[in-house]
Amino acid sequence: MTTLRVALLHLRIGVLNDLQYRVNFALQVLQSILAVTVGLIVFQLVFSHTTELNGWSHSELLAILGVQAVMAGVVHAVIQPNMMRLSEEVQDGKLDHALTKPVDAQMLISVRQVQLWQAVDIPIGAVIIGFALARLGGNVGVLDALAFAIALAFGAVLLYCFWLVLATGSFWVIRMWFLPELFEGIFQTGRFPIGIYPDWLRFGITFLVPIAFAITVPAEAVTSRLDWQTLLFAGLFTVAAFSFSRWFWRFGLRHYTGASA
Amino acid sequence: MSATPSSEKLGKVGRLRSLADFYVTTMRTEIQTQFQYRAATYMYLLGMVAEPVIYLVVWSTIADSSGGEVNGLTAGDFAAYYIVWTLVRTMNIVFTPYGWEWRIRNGELSGQLLRPLHPIHYDVAQFAGGKIPWLFYYLPIAIVLTLVFDPTFDVRPAEIAVFAIAIWGAYLIRTFNQTALGLVCFWTTRVGALFSLYIVLELLLSGRLVPLTLMPDWVQTLAWFLPFRWTFYFPIETLVGDLTNAELLAGLGMQLFWTLAGIAVFALVWRFAIRRYTAVGN
Repeated sequence: MTTLRVALLHLRIGVLNDLQYRVNFALQVLQSILAVTVGLIVFQLVFSHTTELNGWSHSELLAILGVQAVMAGVVHAVIQPNMMRLSEEVQDGKLDHALTKPVDAQMLISVRQVQLWQAVDIPIGAVIIGFALARLGGNVGVLDALAFAIALAFGAVLLYCFWLVLATGSFWVIRMWFLPELFEGIFQTGRFPIGIYPDWLRFGITFLVPIAFAITVPAEAVTSRLDWQTLLFAGLFTVAAFSFSRWFWRFGLRHYTGASA
Repeated sequence: MSATPSSEKLGKVGRLRSLADFYVTTMRTEIQTQFQYRAATYMYLLGMVAEPVIYLVVWSTIADSSGGEVNGLTAGDFAAYYIVWTLVRTMNIVFTPYGWEWRIRNGELSGQLLRPLHPIHYDVAQFAGGKIPWLFYYLPIAIVLTLVFDPTFDVRPAEIAVFAIAIWGAYLIRTFNQTALGLVCFWTTRVGALFSLYIVLELLLSGRLVPLTLMPDWVQTLAWFLPFRWTFYFPIETLVGDLTNAELLAGLGMQLFWTLAGIAVFALVWRFAIRRYTAVGN
């Protein structure tokens, strides 16, 4: 309980801190809209040459783009800033400050940094999903909506686990400045249905980098393509990934030799 | 600003020679630095390769599902286009405007201004030097991509020669474009939104997103008169397309024009920008 309270307090401070810089909000909205515009133009180009891509229509692809934007917002606002800070503190030997606090260290290193304005991608993504659903005309049932929400939650946890494992790598590799570029590159694969990629790549962005679970599965839920087995599997995989990342974080921690103290 | 007492004594030839010396030394240092951080550079390159692989997979899928070709381009043509894309991209990565933002905000620039050479020389030399180790890192990636995606190539010796020059043209054009953009940080320390806009224009007008022939006609016409096309589409097409010798030379000419235009814009903006610089920090 204390753990949860401390986590929420940290997040609140992060939000308050970012609220001071209002111009950044406008600039971030502009940047997000530009990114979405490129996505829309690509779809326009694609569908000027074909009517469907791997069984997905234009509107259904919009739903994927929306989910990708939502997930990008979550990663950029909360996950990535914390993990990059972890990596930098390992490099500078400053992690002691977090480790000596009397709360769970993994929780603490996951909530210390918030980039609130990056979260504008979440409402922008939601609007795109809504637009896509309106164009599809079908009505999303309660079960589909529920499955969508659950799939989104699994996806967010999986992306967190993935980042934690990468950032824990700092205990051995030290210089990890390339992480955002690497992640960003791979994350862009999520703008298209996972089925179009060759087998080896599909495997990689399903199990090594959980793009398929984070983006394609929620998008399948909201376009009524998801079967319950897939969702169940996503759940089991999330539990497994979370346990592994927690074990790996503790394993990495044993290799930490504070340099500051 | 670059004239110190000793360099005045050197005379014109001597100054050029010492500038050349400077470039060689900086490049050599950077080559050795970049060879040290192998893992980091590799990961960076892998992230970069994801972008064209996505486009390639999407357009090959479309080509296959619509009778083997899109606007006359087969899956093999797309593979060739995007594989050469990765090489061109490796070569045209330059110092980012965010770097200028950081330099100016942290006062890092103060120290660089005290040196006898204009700071731009350090950036140009450093990134040029970095290209050589990056090409080494890039080779295995190119081999894997070639084996996996099976590109169709038909290259003449003249095209290879022009390509070898054109990738450096692309490097210089992008360097001066992005540096000019970086100078905006003398007025505002937030270049992010402007840089995003630049990248969007580049994506659409350079052939970075799709081969320009897939774009509407008016976009292709517009692209011809802007610098972007000469930093991606032209170098890629020298190897992948069927350009005549006249077209190859015209392309190099356009690259020269945009490089000089970039230098001119940079020099002009620099004169106004540097007056606004007040060191913040150290």
